Amino acid sequence: MKKYVATRVATMFGVLLITLLITVILVGSNMDTILKQGVVFQVRSEIIENPAIAESFSSVKEFEAFIDKQTDERIKNLGLDEPWHSPQRIGFTMYKIILLDFGQATFLTSDVGSSDVKDIIFEKLPRTILLFTSATIIISIIGIFVGALSASKIGSTIDRITSSFAIISSSFPVWWIGMLMIFLFAFTYQIFPARATPDIPSSSPEYLGALLYHMTLPLITIVMIGFGSWAYLVRNFMVGIMQEDFIVAKKTMGVKQNRITYIHALKNAAPPIITILALSLSGSLGGAIITEAVFDWPGMGRLYFEAISVMDLPVIIGATYILTVFFLVSIFIADLLYGYFDPRIRSGANP
Amino acid sequence: MSSVTPNEIKKEFLKSKIGIAGIAILTILISISIITTITIPVETFQEWNNPGSWITYPKTAIPIWVNLFLIDKIPEHKILTEPKIATVSNDEINLSSYQFNVNFNYDEFPNDFIYSYSAEYANSPLFQMSVIRPDGIKLELVSTSLPHSNLKIIHEDRVFSTDAMIKKELTLQSEKFEFKINELSSEGIIFSKTEINQPLKGNYIFSIDLYGVNDESKIVESNLIIGGKAFGIMGTDELRRDLAIGLLWGTPLALFIGLVVSIASVVMGLMYGVYAGFKGKKTDETLMRFNDVIYALPALPFLIILSVTISNSIFVMVGFLMIFGWVGIAKVARSMSLQIKTRGYVEAATMMGQKDSKIILKHILPQLLPYAFASVAISVPAAITTEAGLSFLGLGDPSFPTWGQILHDANTFGAAARGLWWWIVPPGIMIAITGLAFVFIGNALDAIINPKLKR
Repeated sequence: MKKYVATRVATMFGVLLITLLITVILVGSNMDTILKQGVVFQVRSEIIENPAIAESFSSVKEFEAFIDKQTDERIKNLGLDEPWHSPQRIGFTMYKIILLDFGQATFLTSDVGSSDVKDIIFEKLPRTILLFTSATIIISIIGIFVGALSASKIGSTIDRITSSFAIISSSFPVWWIGMLMIFLFAFTYQIFPARATPDIPSSSPEYLGALLYHMTLPLITIVMIGFGSWAYLVRNFMVGIMQEDFIVAKKTMGVKQNRITYIHALKNAAPPIITILALSLSGSLGGAIITEAVFDWPGMGRLYFEAISVMDLPVIIGATYILTVFFLVSIFIADLLYGYFDPRIRSGANP
Repeated sequence: MSSVTPNEIKKEFLKSKIGIAGIAILTILISISIITTITIPVETFQEWNNPGSWITYPKTAIPIWVNLFLIDKIPEHKILTEPKIATVSNDEINLSSYQFNVNFNYDEFPNDFIYSYSAEYANSPLFQMSVIRPDGIKLELVSTSLPHSNLKIIHEDRVFSTDAMIKKELTLQSEKFEFKINELSSEGIIFSKTEINQPLKGNYIFSIDLYGVNDESKIVESNLIIGGKAFGIMGTDELRRDLAIGLLWGTPLALFIGLVVSIASVVMGLMYGVYAGFKGKKTDETLMRFNDVIYALPALPFLIILSVTISNSIFVMVGFLMIFGWVGIAKVARSMSLQIKTRGYVEAATMMGQKDSKIILKHILPQLLPYAFASVAISVPAAITTEAGLSFLGLGDPSFPTWGQILHDANTFGAAARGLWWWIVPPGIMIAITGLAFVFIGNALDAIINPKLKR
């Protein structure tokens, strides 16, 4: 077991580094240009703020030469004179990111006005958790019950409806259903707001209420599309278990059907269900980028999308890092849970 | 792991209703694709993003079939290109007359009308435009002479319903109407009943007369557009594009993306997994760790970064989608090949000294084929929705009218807020139907391979 955990942790860390490396490589060259422009801008604005320096030049040429010299010096101090793909720079960037130092965002700011990427991300994260994690929990609860119900009555109307609903709902993109829901319930029947971002400042006491009200439409959409496939999954796990000898034995012993379904069978279907729950909870932390874009929900997904549309590289890197960390941690937890429930792995056999 | 033969699978598959339904939908989609590629010229789809080529179409027009369900009919957008031509020669004066028949049976006034023409003449012929209404009243619309020229030239021009000239001519004829027409638009007067300002139904004849003195003058090319609010089977969007063309072209594109991505992913995954499982030991360990790495990459963020930084061409995108597609299949293929490896005939083949590649190709891969087909079918919808999602975010290939691209445009122009349902609903339904076809087929195959689920 220990060895298993150790290899897992090592793999996860490796994956994290690789993800980071790929991200840095992909956006690196652009990042370099942006940083250098930033330095030039900084030098110029300092001279403008300080007229004493500006007056000391006799010609434009001298002035330009001074700026060039200043810029070069600073670029050297910051280590920007080496190409962005040099190992030191990539190493340094990655080291800073691992310590959660993502630097300053180029364009985006948090609601409070801070341009520190860390502040921005930790402001958006709770909102994504509020919407997507609660949606995932609701989905899994409904899914487990409906799934168990249809597994206990295989071939019944309920079972058929669940299965077909699962199949049909899984082929609709959530964001398209989102568009339809906005069209129907925000414009045709004006029940819910179209934009999911509350328009009152986050400091006012009614903010939470407004946020919850704005959350209703996306929540309903996500749950509606999501629970079908959950129910189907749970049903399929349960169907396998319902055919096991011990369930048949329980039946012959005269244990009630409901008791068998919800207690004995569900308990045995728990390992895969819990594993999937762990995975989808983590998946929910990233928010669905597209869903948040459709509903204009001010969470991680929309942040990510906004960052990409204006090429705000520090934010892109920071958000990718945080998303990857969550994803990996949950895969890890799911793995551990699965290992814990599956005696073959617990006993140390080959995973 | 099962050992069903291909024939059994075929027999079982034909028994499953859901599988047949899937095949039926797929056949329809494939025939749509074939018909589209044959009948609609490729140019129309290359012109998708060229606003100039859609200029004669109406903006955000509702599909025409909606009129079937309405009591008050919405005016259809009409593009008339073939006038009835008559020429009369009388000594010095030549008259060429062009007549357009407009059958107007709607309960709303048209938006506007535009007559565009190119006339070939010398000197300065007289250009007259008039309309004969269903109630027999003839309204003069335009009476002007074309710009003078000594040589024979071709003159191109347009007459808009908003032209001040038409308004002036109509004001002169205001005694024909029982209400004040000063404030009304010219199409609101021409198509109106004389008693009250309501549309008059019936057959209108727009006639354009060209009088030339001594010289023959004629209109080489002309068309009359009666601007309406309904057009085509699927309507049009804000950029006047015919959505039917976009939706039709989206079909082969979606099938291409879905099938190429899923087939390539499955082939890659199978090879990788089988090789890892068959080799075992160190090779297996290394390959599977690499697999874990790819598996742990967050797919959508990476796809977005890749399409922003590298290229958003549809073909490159297909490649990116493959990178994330093969991982799960490789895992399953590996565990399956671990089981098959221990079977007698594989061990026998190994002992006889057959090459690894031969054993894999001849003895292991064929066993995995049913699973491979099921996974191809099951992974198509994901590929299609992912591509649609990326296009929806505006990261797709703008030169191809994919369904995601149409939805992206719809979202950009606020179609939901403006109630333009025909711009939002059909693309999504097409995505879903295509997905459903493959899910059906996949499910039917899955039920045959894992018989446990059926009961």
